Amino acid sequence: MLNDIFVAPFVDMFAAPDFLMQVLWEGLVSGILYALIALGFVLIYRSSRIFNFAQGIMVVFAALTLVGLHAMGVPAWICILLTLGVMFVLAVVIERVVLRPLVGQPDIILFMATIGITLFLIGLGEIIFGGENKVMITEELGIPTGSVLLEPFGGLLILEQKDITAVIVAALLVVGLLIFLNKTRMGRAIRALGDDHQAALSVGISLQTIWVLVWFIAGIIALVTGIAWGARAGVSFALEVIAYKALPVLMLGGLESITGAIIGGLMIGMLEKLFEIYWGQPLLGGNTETWFAFVLALIVLLFRPQGLFGERIIERV
Amino acid sequence: MPCPGGGACRRREIWNSCKRSKPMPDAENTQETLLEVNNIEVIYNHVILVLKGVSLSVPKGGITALLGGNGAGKTTTLKAISNLLHSERGEVTKGSIIYRGESVQDRDPAELVRKGVIQVMEGRHCFQHLTVEENLMTGAYTRRDGRAAVERDLEMVYDYFPRLKERRKSQAGYTSGGEQQMCAIGRALMSRPETILLDEPSMGLAPQLVEQIFGIVKSVNENEGVSFLLAEQNTNVALRFAHYGYILESGRVVMDGPAAELRENPDVKEFYLGMSDEGRKSFRDVRSYRRRKRWLA
Repeated sequence: MLNDIFVAPFVDMFAAPDFLMQVLWEGLVSGILYALIALGFVLIYRSSRIFNFAQGIMVVFAALTLVGLHAMGVPAWICILLTLGVMFVLAVVIERVVLRPLVGQPDIILFMATIGITLFLIGLGEIIFGGENKVMITEELGIPTGSVLLEPFGGLLILEQKDITAVIVAALLVVGLLIFLNKTRMGRAIRALGDDHQAALSVGISLQTIWVLVWFIAGIIALVTGIAWGARAGVSFALEVIAYKALPVLMLGGLESITGAIIGGLMIGMLEKLFEIYWGQPLLGGNTETWFAFVLALIVLLFRPQGLFGERIIERV
Repeated sequence: MPCPGGGACRRREIWNSCKRSKPMPDAENTQETLLEVNNIEVIYNHVILVLKGVSLSVPKGGITALLGGNGAGKTTTLKAISNLLHSERGEVTKGSIIYRGESVQDRDPAELVRKGVIQVMEGRHCFQHLTVEENLMTGAYTRRDGRAAVERDLEMVYDYFPRLKERRKSQAGYTSGGEQQMCAIGRALMSRPETILLDEPSMGLAPQLVEQIFGIVKSVNENEGVSFLLAEQNTNVALRFAHYGYILESGRVVMDGPAAELRENPDVKEFYLGMSDEGRKSFRDVRSYRRRKRWLA
């Protein structure tokens, strides 16, 4: 038993390094998507103290809109632009109709409001696009579908090209967001708002503009993850689940931390794959990916309640 | 001047607001009035009446002090002007606030910042996780006059506060109280303001540092022509640096006058500066005296 837990998995890893790399690669692909979604959560949380329960359904809604528009005969690239437009309108409507009237209410009320948004979007998506599964328009978008074969250590490593594309796009988006947050006026305003609402108001930062902006960013993130995940698993309301995978990422990385979201996402993605292949399947009969991340997050929470990278609470005495 | 409330105004309010508008016997007063607050009443949470008719005016290029003890309504007055009351469930229910001849009530705080009125809040309120320089840059958020102008002003702020230049790369949360106060004032300066509403800059600072900060405020006022409305508990320091002062007591202005006169006024000396030339007074006298003062106001 001990041998199975502590020795055999590592022996396996070293015996077939190419397979280990394959596992890590697949972990990286899902990890970077988790990280992206978690970033969406973090941005909205930091700027408005709202835990955005609707992030998951926004992924579904973006993917559905994209596929739905294409089904109406709109060229694929224009579909992307239109979907971005829809996500922007959604951000404006949410700010005007939901957030603005609720300013200053307790956090829990705003959280409940996002559950309301979730239910509304589920209904709206079903009415407009129907509830049946759809196929992501991968090829039409020009995403390559072949695979790349590499031969590290004399073994075989298969990288699917759409995964490579997803990783590159997601990484670019993450880097772009980081630059945006740290180097631009608007990005600084978002971070300032996260630190001190009143002070942000006092220097003339407008809550409304920032809120629309962060919800729109969350919408862009939803679209990118929707495409990437939809290309692997098809477009259906089940896609929402990927957003819940971002919850343990947030617990691990801390709700406030942008770096935490990125590192937490990558860690969870890779660790859950490693655990599934080397421990889960041989010892527990597989399918550990559904719960592993949550258990890991619980263990982290026991020892570091603010998460591994939660923003240090600066307290002067 | 006509009372803003029209005929519905109570007699005392009319008298109050008219008293405010009489020309002030000070050298500064030939200048135009920037900000005029007429008889405002502020209610928090629909029930708590905090300001009961406060009127004051801020002349261009002056330092106007708003003095009074805890809970007198200084901060509320400033927030009513800068429109930060809303996020605290406060509301201006009566009176008017006029900036450059234009009513600025119920405007977005951002709009006021663009008009040149910015508040430095009590307790500094720096953005803790941003560096000092980033904090300063957020002050320029509403500006549209290009990077070069903003950079120039950043240098200007560093000239006034050399200490901030040394700490520019550290997170504001890790700087000292004095540095945070400088950072907050510097941040306000970055918006190229015409009027700064400065709330309690002396809070929690050593006397020496208070002196230094007030000195900088004075030189900003003189060199950049920025007007200040300064809420302060430290009456002694405030009256030395200000040109004109208003004294608030439980939501009303009980006295006003040029700073030099207020400093010599026996009541102010006794109540706010802790000095009296008649020696110790019996508590009974003080009480009746105070009561009379309140009625007068």
